[in-house]
Amino acid sequence: MNVELKDIYKTFGAVHANVDISMKIPSGTIQGILGENGAGKSTLMKILSGFIRPDQGQIQLDGQPVSIHSPADAIRQGVGMLHQDPLDFPPLRLIENFTLGHAGGLLPQQGPALKDFKRLAEQFGFSLDPEAYVDSLTVGERQQLEILRLIWLGARVLIFDEPTTGISAPQKVKLFNALRLLAKQGMTIMFVSHKLEDVEGLCDRVVVLRQGYLVGATQAPYNTHELVEMMFGKEIALGARSPGCAGEVALSLHEMAVEDYRLHINSTNLEVCRGEVIGLAGMEGSGQNLFLRAVAGMVRTVGGQIVLNGRDLTGRNYHVYKENGVAFLPASRLEEGLVSGLTLTEHVILAEESSGFFIDWEKGRQLTQKRITEFNVKGTPSNTVESLSGGNQQRALLALLRVPLTLLMLEHPTRGLDIESTIYIWSKLKERCQQGTSILFVSSDLEEILQYSDRVLVFFSGKVTPPMDAATLTIDKLGELIGGTGWPESNKEGKTS
Amino acid sequence: MKKFNWLNFGFQIGAIILALLFTTAVLLLAGAPPLQAYLSVIKGMVGSMDDITNVLSAWAPLLLTTCGVLLTFAAGLWNIGIEGQIMAGAIFTTGALRLMLNSSLPTGWILVIGFLAGLVGGAIWAALAGVLKIFGGVNEIFGGLGLNFVATAFALYLIIGPWARPGIASTSGTLMFPQKLWLPAMGNYAFSPWALGLGILVVILVFFLLRGTHFGLRLKAVGKNVKAAFLMGVPTWQYSMMAFLICGAFAGLAGAIQVTSVYHRLTPAISSGYGFLGLLVAMLINYQALWAAPVTLFFAALNIGGIQLPIILKLDSSLSGVLQETLVLFVLLVEGARQNLFRKR
Repeated sequence: MNVELKDIYKTFGAVHANVDISMKIPSGTIQGILGENGAGKSTLMKILSGFIRPDQGQIQLDGQPVSIHSPADAIRQGVGMLHQDPLDFPPLRLIENFTLGHAGGLLPQQGPALKDFKRLAEQFGFSLDPEAYVDSLTVGERQQLEILRLIWLGARVLIFDEPTTGISAPQKVKLFNALRLLAKQGMTIMFVSHKLEDVEGLCDRVVVLRQGYLVGATQAPYNTHELVEMMFGKEIALGARSPGCAGEVALSLHEMAVEDYRLHINSTNLEVCRGEVIGLAGMEGSGQNLFLRAVAGMVRTVGGQIVLNGRDLTGRNYHVYKENGVAFLPASRLEEGLVSGLTLTEHVILAEESSGFFIDWEKGRQLTQKRITEFNVKGTPSNTVESLSGGNQQRALLALLRVPLTLLMLEHPTRGLDIESTIYIWSKLKERCQQGTSILFVSSDLEEILQYSDRVLVFFSGKVTPPMDAATLTIDKLGELIGGTGWPESNKEGKTS
Repeated sequence: MKKFNWLNFGFQIGAIILALLFTTAVLLLAGAPPLQAYLSVIKGMVGSMDDITNVLSAWAPLLLTTCGVLLTFAAGLWNIGIEGQIMAGAIFTTGALRLMLNSSLPTGWILVIGFLAGLVGGAIWAALAGVLKIFGGVNEIFGGLGLNFVATAFALYLIIGPWARPGIASTSGTLMFPQKLWLPAMGNYAFSPWALGLGILVVILVFFLLRGTHFGLRLKAVGKNVKAAFLMGVPTWQYSMMAFLICGAFAGLAGAIQVTSVYHRLTPAISSGYGFLGLLVAMLINYQALWAAPVTLFFAALNIGGIQLPIILKLDSSLSGVLQETLVLFVLLVEGARQNLFRKR
């Protein structure tokens, strides 16, 4: 199906999500849509799939102007979208999910549907058990289910929003093969991503969005340098590693032990210098998050001591740590870090040390505007935090931190962010280090761990390696340790020095 | 800062019309002449000086309860237990006044102590709901509902037991207090400017608390996201508890007004449902303290106006209640519909 978007405009309050976007995608093409977070990619695709209505503009399918009122309406007209977080029903069986969007009688007919399901699954090489429950599937398998469902409902245009986030490498290969097959059958594929590598490897053509505008279109083969420049509008420089330990100890752990219902981290010793960055690596749930939260005073330790700037804070709660210059930034920004429904100004006022009983709103607004400029947050003081994109929420969280800080702890500081935001956030974090703040961070991105840490701790089912110099580590070595191999025998008990 | 939105205003008016239509349908079903019914309600509100002063004396306690639940709502709490908190306030006030019946203190001081006792009683009852919620993990809706029953049962026990009228034990109430312990009223009417003054003071206090203070902002942060508020350094459970305590104190004051200015004794139904009505008003005004004063006045007027119905039209006085509740439902419904409509575009 040929798709054409004509002069699409969409604003959310003061934010221009899409400005005058026009593009043509012929049938059988895999069209890449590239851009950093908040560039307006998802908005554009949600307009095409009927989730939101444009302020202005027209959509044409096979040359006919259409008006799409809802996702159900979109699928009737042949447009289906796979969302970043699969929109399915975990407590239902696969086959029930499969038939759910089907317009039919009172009693769904599962017999014919089952036949179609098996036929389609075989065609694309997906091995899915129709009787299994959706909550037993991986993200990749849930995507496969959603692809089958949309094709079965008659989709001729398939939109994929960041489909390679959270799936394994073999699943990615399978997904790309399926997409190529679909394109060969005459489907139109829209592939939304901020990952250059994926777009370059898969897409026939690419358009680049930046701050709501369509800033460029190009075809394979690609010039990576050109794409990066289109995405960010400038060259990006990588931050340098800090000179390392200045001698002064900010945090020391003496035989600290902590446990939860399934993990036990044995007595751990660690000394962190001022301005040092310590990366905590490990598979999700290997103990690194528990460790981090224990050091922040959010989880009670079961043994040993935590000494911060010479003060013993063992057993005190997070607010005491906070008063002593500790800050903790959680991975789930909107669930734990920010308060939905409150504005940026209200956040700044909440985070500042309050003086007096009444709020000085004018002062708060000015301070917020200053922080917004300083941290390059795309938003205004009166924007509510949930209206910001992920990268801007993370910048806002950094903008809320007090100065000075002794110790800053972060869970997945750049998860879900594009390259520019990642580099920006780390440049701000390194600035903090130069002011003497020590950083402890958890990340599942090994490159991030190696690039930004001075020393690294690896966790494996509650065991901790001694701190290792990041400069001497390689990705392969790190990968091995995370997978539980190559551990020195004496450290199996989790003793570190 | 916000511009007046005529479209939203139109939707609100639409909701009111819908509520009136629905109530009219109920009246027709009951075989009553709607116009006459409405007229008699209006006459019941403003027909005479007596009616007007009755409306004003119902206004004060309703203002207090509404302002109280505005704080608990801000903290994300459903303080269903407010009825029991009014009752506890009334019991404490009655108890304090009984102790001071033969006291040589000036009357003014006795009343002040009575009101303080009511405040403390309401706060204690709210603290129980708070402790159950914060330290026992009992949802405040269930805890509050249970505590409501306990408060009523305790009041009944006092009324037919230790505080029974000499000679007769009747559930209708305790012996009336001597007139010198009544809250000073205006002329020969039931209305006490003191009670209303207290109500207005509390509205202003709550308006500024929620709008311009660090306390109010932190309360809202706790109500919207406890985890994030904690990480930002707000002592979260303390703030939940403070919301309970202040709301309970206001409810207790409402109970004290009911005892000293309206009934002049303790009765089992002394709350008059003002706690639940306050919850309804808070939802109706979308938790904006600015609107609390006019809307509670209107609801108080409906309550008083409905009293005429059984006398004139042999209808049950709960018609006003039907109108109040459908009003809230339709306003919420229309607001939801409006949001849906505008999100689509």
